[in-house]
Amino acid sequence: MRKYLLKRIFYLFLTLFIVATVTFFLMKLMPGTPLQNEAKLTPSEKAAILAQYGLDKPVWLQYFIYIGGIFKGSLGLSFQFSDQAVSYIIGSRMGPSMQLGGQALIVGIIFGIILGAIGAIRKDTWADRLATVLSILGIAVPSFVLAILLQYYLGLKTGWFPVAGWSGFAYTILPTLALAASPLAETARFIRTDMVDVLSSDYIELAKAKGLSKFGIVYHHALRNSLIPMVTLIGPLAAALMTGSMVVENIFSVPGIGEQFVKSILVNDYPTIMGVTIFYSALLCLLLLLTDIVYGIIDPRIRLSGNGD
Amino acid sequence: MEQTENVIEVRNLEINFHTYAGEVKAIRDVSFDLRKGETLAIVGESGSGKSVTTRSLMGLLAPNAEIKRGSIMFHGEDIIKKSEKDMQHIRGKDIAMIFQDPMTSLDPTMRIGMQIAEPLMKHKGLKKKEAIAQALEMLKLVGITNPEGRINDYPYQFSGGMRQRIVIAIALVCYPEVLIADEPTTALDVTIQAQILDLMKDLQNRIDTSIIFITHDLGVVAGMADRVAVMYAGKIVEYGTVDEIFFNPQHPYTWGLLNSMPTLDTESGSLSAIPGTPPDLLEPPVGDAFAARSDYAMKIDTEQEPPFFKVSDTHYAATWLLHPDAPKVTPPDEIVRRQTKFAAMQKPEAPIQNPSTKE
Repeated sequence: MRKYLLKRIFYLFLTLFIVATVTFFLMKLMPGTPLQNEAKLTPSEKAAILAQYGLDKPVWLQYFIYIGGIFKGSLGLSFQFSDQAVSYIIGSRMGPSMQLGGQALIVGIIFGIILGAIGAIRKDTWADRLATVLSILGIAVPSFVLAILLQYYLGLKTGWFPVAGWSGFAYTILPTLALAASPLAETARFIRTDMVDVLSSDYIELAKAKGLSKFGIVYHHALRNSLIPMVTLIGPLAAALMTGSMVVENIFSVPGIGEQFVKSILVNDYPTIMGVTIFYSALLCLLLLLTDIVYGIIDPRIRLSGNGD
Repeated sequence: MEQTENVIEVRNLEINFHTYAGEVKAIRDVSFDLRKGETLAIVGESGSGKSVTTRSLMGLLAPNAEIKRGSIMFHGEDIIKKSEKDMQHIRGKDIAMIFQDPMTSLDPTMRIGMQIAEPLMKHKGLKKKEAIAQALEMLKLVGITNPEGRINDYPYQFSGGMRQRIVIAIALVCYPEVLIADEPTTALDVTIQAQILDLMKDLQNRIDTSIIFITHDLGVVAGMADRVAVMYAGKIVEYGTVDEIFFNPQHPYTWGLLNSMPTLDTESGSLSAIPGTPPDLLEPPVGDAFAARSDYAMKIDTEQEPPFFKVSDTHYAATWLLHPDAPKVTPPDEIVRRQTKFAAMQKPEAPIQNPSTKE
């Protein structure tokens, strides 16, 4: 187990290194410079500013300086916010993003499981069909469309929820719903397919022959066996949430990382773009590693220990 | 044979399956009794309806099945009329079941101790701790070595034979009156088969249960059963004691089955198969369903269904060959050999059997 973990952690760093490299060069290919009023600057002023940020050096040298900085534990300073450290920007904006992401994941997975299980247990009835339609909608409708619809109907028209901003739990509800739709739908579809399979397996037949109630069978036998493959879905779901959050945070003016990321890209704030990308990648890699560890805990057959076969 | 108490009485059972192609008449007028303490073997090829029959006893028919007619009496009550909720109290407690494939019939994510304890918690209202303690006793009884060390193991840590022992432990943990074994040894290799059969016989004596043993393997039947019912195309075509079925079979289908089973006397190369395939039960044939595959079919076999003719008090067969007006036919050589043996067996044993039948 320890050897396996060390190996996985090594791969994690390798992945991050590759992500950083690719992002760096892609970013340099983007048009424009970080300078805001480029036209008003004299060439000498421009050169002075570029030199101040090290942007006058050849790209490969900038790359080595940046990577060197990372190895020293620094993500650099932001161009946009009068030289705040990128790590500080990420840190100060992490709270809202994590809260939204977490809430959306929990809402999505819990209701997805319920919806999927209803579909499987009531297979080929109106309840199943309704669940299928809902999950197809959830996958097909992009989060920004849903976000705007929620904002308009539940925020503006009825006034039940605040339209945008970030000052209290009420402000988190609409963005959470907008973000949760896609993981909810994915989970529901996954669980339904999986549970239909599980419910027709021999050990469910044996559970029926034991005289267990329908609920007992689903709760004690079907659910756990359907949830095991579900764990592998958590990684991709989290990734979808991160990308979704960029759009949704912008629509609801949530001061999160996603909103910052979009702003940074618009103004070519190189160090912040790099920092946020690396942060997202690291988070995703960690989630995937965690997924594999959790998988081992809930499925005894693949527990990575000496005595398994 | 003396008349013993019947645990289960099935009368005129008819079960249809609704499919896209139409109604499949899977069970067509089946009646039989299960006596206390006996092992009744139901023999037949795939699709003959043996599994469907026993599933109806558990109330575990597929949703597209419909019981058209008949009754299944258990403790004076008709199981068919019982609600799902009532059936849950019977399943696993009074009537339990062992399945064919031990590799897939245990929940892969639950410790085996818990899987055995589950019926106790459901039916006897035991707390988890007490139930697990009884599960441990059950593990010992079914011959798992080092049960204390293994009760917390998962199914994947056991071999097929061991898993079938665990499935048996689950079935018997509430000491059911009836145990339905649906081809319990088919998925196991031959040496393990013998062990499992011995175990089942041993446990049957200890906990005094009646067994319905479903199989297509006549070799297993000989060592296991007291009585045998032969099923074909959704009907019972012949039933009797093991000796009567093995040594004095009357129905051409039973002949075919026995003829296709190797014995110690079988000469090399003389093993035969029954030609053809079972009939389509969407449109069951008129008359004797086996007529199309039988060398002994008569005109009446395709026109009218044969009733049961009595061969002895315990032995009945549904074939027109037993009608007094039917021409005498000579069964296959192997069957004639068996019948001669049977006749020889009957004479010296007769005086010994008589006293018990007088009561």
